[in-house]
Amino acid sequence: MNQDPLWKHLLILSIIVMGILLALPNIYSQDPSIEIAAVRDAKIDMALETSIIKSLKKAKIALKRIDRISKNKLLLRFKSTETQLQAKDIIAATVGNKYNSALTPAPDLPWWLASLKVRPMYLGLDLRGGIHVLIDVDMDAALDKALERYTGDIRTLLRKARIRYSTVTHGTKLVSVKFRDLAIRDEAETLLHREFPSLLLTQTEFGQTFNLIAKLSPKEETEVKKFALEQNITTLRNRINALGVAEPIIQRQGERRIVVELPGVQDPARLKEIMGATATLEYRLADDHHSVEDAISGRVPIGFRLYKDREGHPVLLSNRVIITGDRITDASSGFDQRNNQPAVFVSLDSIGANRMRNFTTENVGKPMAVVFKEIRTETKMIDGKPTRTRRMVEEVISIANILEPFGRRFQTTGLDNPQEARNLALLLRAGALAAPIEIVEERTVGPSLGQDTINKGFTAALFGTVLVIIFMVLYYKVFGLIADLVLIINIVLLLAALSLLQATLTLPGIAAIVLTVGMAVDANVLIYERIREELRNGNSPLTSIASGYEKAWSSILDANVTTLIAGIVLFSFGTGPVKGFAVVLMFGIFTSVFTSVTVSRTIVNALFSNRRLKTLSI
Amino acid sequence: MKIFNKVSNIDFLSLRHTMAAISAFLIVLCFGSFFIYGFAFGLDFTGGTLIEVHYDKDVADLSTVRQLLAKAGFADASVQRFGTPKDVLIRLGISDSETSGITLSTRAFEALQQAAKVEKRRVEYVGPQVGKELVEEGGLAILYSLIGILMYVAMRFEYRFAVGAITAIIHDVIATLGIFSAFQIEFDLTVLAAVLAVIGYSLNDTIVVFDRIRENFRKLRKGTVIEIINISLNETFSRTLITSGTTLLTVLALYNFGGEIIRGFSLALLVGIIVGTYSSIYVASAAVVALGIDRSNLIAPKKELQLDEMP
Repeated sequence: MNQDPLWKHLLILSIIVMGILLALPNIYSQDPSIEIAAVRDAKIDMALETSIIKSLKKAKIALKRIDRISKNKLLLRFKSTETQLQAKDIIAATVGNKYNSALTPAPDLPWWLASLKVRPMYLGLDLRGGIHVLIDVDMDAALDKALERYTGDIRTLLRKARIRYSTVTHGTKLVSVKFRDLAIRDEAETLLHREFPSLLLTQTEFGQTFNLIAKLSPKEETEVKKFALEQNITTLRNRINALGVAEPIIQRQGERRIVVELPGVQDPARLKEIMGATATLEYRLADDHHSVEDAISGRVPIGFRLYKDREGHPVLLSNRVIITGDRITDASSGFDQRNNQPAVFVSLDSIGANRMRNFTTENVGKPMAVVFKEIRTETKMIDGKPTRTRRMVEEVISIANILEPFGRRFQTTGLDNPQEARNLALLLRAGALAAPIEIVEERTVGPSLGQDTINKGFTAALFGTVLVIIFMVLYYKVFGLIADLVLIINIVLLLAALSLLQATLTLPGIAAIVLTVGMAVDANVLIYERIREELRNGNSPLTSIASGYEKAWSSILDANVTTLIAGIVLFSFGTGPVKGFAVVLMFGIFTSVFTSVTVSRTIVNALFSNRRLKTLSI
Repeated sequence: MKIFNKVSNIDFLSLRHTMAAISAFLIVLCFGSFFIYGFAFGLDFTGGTLIEVHYDKDVADLSTVRQLLAKAGFADASVQRFGTPKDVLIRLGISDSETSGITLSTRAFEALQQAAKVEKRRVEYVGPQVGKELVEEGGLAILYSLIGILMYVAMRFEYRFAVGAITAIIHDVIATLGIFSAFQIEFDLTVLAAVLAVIGYSLNDTIVVFDRIRENFRKLRKGTVIEIINISLNETFSRTLITSGTTLLTVLALYNFGGEIIRGFSLALLVGIIVGTYSSIYVASAAVVALGIDRSNLIAPKKELQLDEMP
């Protein structure tokens, strides 16, 4: 009854070996590094490497090593965080804006381990340093903006249908339309109901005025909020990508919040600047009969200006702006129904639609351009010092011919491929924030504090483990040694699981590891106390072992399931530190049950099952 | 090595009325403290701005730091040492003006930088609305975990055990919160996490005892309810002490070496584990007795027989 089949030994052995391999990257130190990625057509080559080495040498910054990690990525390793930060600005200035440079920690793995593609645990911001920001999206403003759009749309629609109204006003959370005649009001209601099914209409009367009150339906309200949140996330992601941070995290939290985490960034003012930055779009008439060559040589025709497209080719555009990007309510990519070419579908609000309709009616057949405008911050070397400058970037992102007059909804074709259509839709949508944002929480952790915290957590874990190991040997002798071995396997498997799933490790997470060490021996204590009891009752050693494991199981299961319940609640409700604690707690429950029941049983069986035992060292 | 060579034979439950009185008295004291002193809520809950700075020399006199800050317009800033004489923690409180935490902290830090070499270790800004939400979410989290545990224990055991376990948990949570209130130790998000963890660990002990009670009720033919519970408590006693002991060892390591940020967290666990060990005997088990548990409540219904009768 106490013997295990070979496959069980092999299975457990292979799990342990895999665990060791997965956990191994964590013992190597992480180098403060800078990752340089080539953008668009730029190349990573020897010339680039030499120029970087040269400028770093000039600034007297020691470089540990340069690794080429992929075809278009270069990794510069430094010995300390200070040199890494000093180097950041110099490198940004050396490589120019054809490359993105980002701060990142990189584990210094030996080649054989690196080739296995194993990674260390993902460290949370409190351990690696960086900025965490919680952003609140002003949903009232988003709803207000939607109502404002409807106000205009209702006005246009009624006018077009020649329904006589006295006023259309935009109140708090509603649009009210006043009529002088009951029949007309009813006619308008039918029309509005058909055209805007997402509005809830109610009738009110005051003497001789007949009102129609329009409110957003709950479904439309959720839709507006969802749209505002999604668009703000897209916009923020675009802007933050321009910041050059490795592994930024931008995700929604709840119904109106966005979390932004920038590992390695130390300058909150910079982040704020980026978040507040405004990128806008403009639709302009493109020129089709003047000579571009003349314009380049300085003879720009009156009423026109010279722009450049994304490839740098010069384009002549009219000075007059048709509409700006904040009139765009939605943009999506797809295919033109007539010729199946990639297209971008754009929706405008009522003011934008009016202007667009008037303009396009007069200019059928002429080309129209979309210009992307953004303020960018750049680092350049001025007098040997890295200096930040702000520069207005204007790029023509697309030019297409006006085929027929259009208004509220239209499509842009003439794009090369579906990918380009998707990008343009993204740019159109992400030009501006859908609703105002506010920072409601901000945490900055300096790099030295992060390293300190890791060291302290490690010391605590080490002391805790050593104390428990000594205690178990003293108390349970040989069986204590088995419990200790199992405990170490447990820690290895826990680290392996966290590394494999790239769960975020925070300081409370380290605390949970330390606690797991204290709690993990519990299952073994339960088993051993049972074995002692069975021995006291006069059972033979082997029977005692078997029934000890058997009888302790129910307690072990109940104790761990209830802790798991607490862990799940912690995880689902918690934010930040609470979540980090819960993740490790839950993984710890699984690994400790596996190691202290299954693995320890197998070890005990392998050691004792073939012997004639009179006593047990327990 | 063994704590008890034989199974111990302590009449735990004879003291249950005295212990209940002591527990009740302590709980009343805790509530008194909640109402009189309240909690020293940390930044996570109150909102405000906090800066941790590291000087390269010992800061002999904190009042110079205070004067520097007052000159920069932060007259109400609270300044305290943080762990070592080189580390200083500054709280700026919530400002009425519209300037954000980033601007405030930058201004305060620049003021300090002019006087001495100082390194910015950590800046935290929490808006007032976030704190309120956290209090609500934390309370809800405790409530939901209690409900989850109540359901699981009622399903696996019996409702009296579930009530006993929940009583013990509430007892432990109140006692832990009581320490934080009475000594005005800062209560932040990590402490809340620890309180939730205490729920898990307090339950751990209780469940193991309950498991044994259930087993003995089914196994032992003789003996009164109190005798059987006493036997179960004694049989699990050495395990209770050892597990609490090893967990305490690791928590003590965390308290001593884990650094200032995690100290409140470790303290909450320390208190929770000690109180939890006590409560699994004198609150949970005693509550089960008081609720009138009976042998018949735990004899498993013989479902197998019914199944056999099926054609």
